[in-house]
Amino acid sequence: MSRLHIETTINGEPVEFLCEAQDSLLAALRDQAGLTGTKEGCTTGDCGACSVLLDGRLVPSCLVLAAEVQGRRVTTIEGIATGDRLHPLQQRFLEHAALQCGICTPGFIVAAKALLDANPHPTEEEARYWLAGNLCRCTGYDKIIRAVMAVAND
Amino acid sequence: MTDRAAPVIGTRPVRHDGVDKVTGRASYGADLAMPDMLHGAVLRSPHAHARILSIDTRAAEAMPGVKAVITAADIPECFATVAMGELPMDMHDGSDNVIARTKVLYHGHVVAAVAATTVDAASEAARRIEVVYDKLKPVLGIDEAIAPDAPILHAGLTAGDWAGQAAGRPTNVASRMELKRGDLAQGFAAADTIVEHEFRTTMVHQGYIEPHACLARYGQDGRVSVWTSTQGPFLVRDQCAAILDIDAAKIKVTPSEIGGGFGGKIVVYLEPLAIALSRKANRPVKMVMSRDEVFRASGPTSGTVIRMKMGATRDGTLVAASASLWYEAGAYRGSPAGAGAMCCLASYKIPNFLIEAYDVVVNKPKVAAYRAPGSPMSTFATESLVDELARTLGMDPIELRLKNAVAEGDKAPYGPAYGPIGLQDVLRAAQRHPHWKAPLGKNQGRGVACGFWFNGGMGSSASVTLGADGSAAVVTGNPDIGGTRVAQAMMVAEELGIPVERVRASVADTDTAGYTDLTGGSRVCYATGMAVIRAARDVRDQLRGRAAKIWDVPIDAVGWDAGRAVPPNGRGDREALTVADLAAQLPKTGGPIVGHAALYAPAAGPGFAAHICDLEVDPETGGSRVVRYTAFQDVGRAVHAGYVEGQMQGGVAQGVGWALNEEYIYADDGVMQNAGFLDYRMPVASDLPMIETVMIEVANPLHPYGVRGVGEVPIVPPLAAVANAMRDATGVRFTELPLSPPRVLNGLEKSSA
Repeated sequence: MSRLHIETTINGEPVEFLCEAQDSLLAALRDQAGLTGTKEGCTTGDCGACSVLLDGRLVPSCLVLAAEVQGRRVTTIEGIATGDRLHPLQQRFLEHAALQCGICTPGFIVAAKALLDANPHPTEEEARYWLAGNLCRCTGYDKIIRAVMAVAND
Repeated sequence: MTDRAAPVIGTRPVRHDGVDKVTGRASYGADLAMPDMLHGAVLRSPHAHARILSIDTRAAEAMPGVKAVITAADIPECFATVAMGELPMDMHDGSDNVIARTKVLYHGHVVAAVAATTVDAASEAARRIEVVYDKLKPVLGIDEAIAPDAPILHAGLTAGDWAGQAAGRPTNVASRMELKRGDLAQGFAAADTIVEHEFRTTMVHQGYIEPHACLARYGQDGRVSVWTSTQGPFLVRDQCAAILDIDAAKIKVTPSEIGGGFGGKIVVYLEPLAIALSRKANRPVKMVMSRDEVFRASGPTSGTVIRMKMGATRDGTLVAASASLWYEAGAYRGSPAGAGAMCCLASYKIPNFLIEAYDVVVNKPKVAAYRAPGSPMSTFATESLVDELARTLGMDPIELRLKNAVAEGDKAPYGPAYGPIGLQDVLRAAQRHPHWKAPLGKNQGRGVACGFWFNGGMGSSASVTLGADGSAAVVTGNPDIGGTRVAQAMMVAEELGIPVERVRASVADTDTAGYTDLTGGSRVCYATGMAVIRAARDVRDQLRGRAAKIWDVPIDAVGWDAGRAVPPNGRGDREALTVADLAAQLPKTGGPIVGHAALYAPAAGPGFAAHICDLEVDPETGGSRVVRYTAFQDVGRAVHAGYVEGQMQGGVAQGVGWALNEEYIYADDGVMQNAGFLDYRMPVASDLPMIETVMIEVANPLHPYGVRGVGEVPIVPPLAAVANAMRDATGVRFTELPLSPPRVLNGLEKSSA
């Protein structure tokens, strides 16, 4: 079986990789592109740990086929900071102790960026519902929501 | 003389591993890859209970890309034990749970494993292994397991003469323990009011977001390297050594970052399989569980049946309690029933009680530790009954609890007298808090509940190295699940009087770190923290020695103040020397300075909490949501206040999930019906309000700063706090969890009928 050759843009850089037709974007990011910041929690689209932006839209990369990103723009957690400057969400997550084990953190930051891109000043309720697709088992969400709201209110 | 420059303890510095974790650089269990690496997959039992008659691996072995296939025949039967603190872990069951030998005991039990060049090839090969089973009737609950004609899981498990079972007969009741005090009959005779219920909870899962994952390499020299996501790298080493009959000295375990554990990443599942596959294939093997496998075949905690009775006099004094606790162990003995028994009355002075606890095997996954193992379920019963007593007696439920709350000097139900503890302070803080008196809206109710957890001590070690620039590095062997690196760095900074940013904190592998017991039992900040403090003080004393040398005075004449060595009185010609001053002179004064400490903490300061929950119930649907929640807890001394609050909030969220939504749902054939996050419904951000925390600090005298464990006790009160709020909102006492919409609706309809 021959593999598919995919040309795409990941975090602003042109990237090529080979994949099987059934491979998920999550698997391609982690195993082909070496971008392991995107995490696998379930592969059924329920936990949000694999959240990435596809042409700016929030998607669970486990439910996107790798071949679908041909010619499109993918943003992963590795592309959220600008050079050596953390994104305000990353900074606020640190200041608010909004992570404990940290496995859900990349997905939350990507999802929260998508929220603030779409709605720069969400209410707490809007933030909670937007982020309801991301599971965190450590924090009870309190400090995550505070961190996101702090960025929204900056 | 003060020990403190700017105090570091109690502040909220940014964690040292934080940038790695917000940028995706941190490396978790599944993030490591090696050249020439193979991928492992597992064949799991399709039956909940069956004898294995034969396994044919030939078709799998013949597949392209397949490099190794193993079954139990590749792993010797294990009769070893492994030390966990002072308790031996029986590895016979542990080994059988890793790969089934003669019988499969739950749906998902491992039967064989494959290593191949791709994940898909390994999975496909696993499917081609042919296993012939003799299906047996599964036992899925306590009631069935203890019935006289119950199918027996383990022929070798025989009864003492209890629970109506004749001694020597095969049984599913693995053990019985009891705790008692006083005279039960007399106690109940003195009671003016007696309440009694049967309570039920189902299996629930820790729900860590990171599935189990590891990578193992068996070298031609017989040396084994394992990279794995674990709470206890030394325990992984020792368990793998026991299961595979390999010298532990040949195994090196490197803990990855860990994506949650809550007790579920202590026993091994994949690691021995990956090592055995690597040995057979002569290549590194990586194994990662799917979420489905995590639910079906890692360790949840016990479902329970609890019958409890409590009596009080008219003035609200608790005079008697009796309980029988039945805990599902899953496929092998070892439920936390005993801990449940020790915890359930730990908050109250009760002169007469009898608690029996039974450990019962059923055809479900072998349970593992889950945050305060055993306590949430038995405490759910206690705190529900205490709430009923308050209602019957017309007393304020906090007042009733305060009247009976234990204090220093009172004896715990399990024996020893308590040292300084904060339960009464916690309850008073709850009583004073505006939440307690705030008005409630329509369809809303308020519940309160207390909780207790022992907290753990055990063995820990630490080393602190001073840099020539006056910075310091602290190394321990405890995986950092919730901010322990920053807490340890803070302790070093506090002791040496240097900024916390100048302390690097690392978690090392089992060849590099001094021996340390697992990250668990709320013990890391306490016991390993104590080792860190001692190691830092060792550095400090060596620095005083260097100053003494420079000043040519006896070491005892050198003081220490605010991060500086201070010259003896009357030596005004000498200026105090900072850590940086002394560090710059290390080569001239005796060379490098490394502080070490290793200790065993036999005990820890117990933790108490009280929670207030406001719940709003939709009488049309039975759905409910927590609208306000405040957690009060004696935290001893908060080292990093942000991460202490985080532990409290996280425990609340897990407890609320347990109370409202989470449950293992089984079909009659023993197949779990909801092995995914869509149907196993953990709380999401829109389910919860902000969770207010109130930290009460009653110093633990066993620790130099007064630290006590904080991670576990916050999961104990929520089950009853939520159920009591439900009672308050609806007038219905629910005794079975979870309080899912259908159950609540059913209860409301029954009560109105």
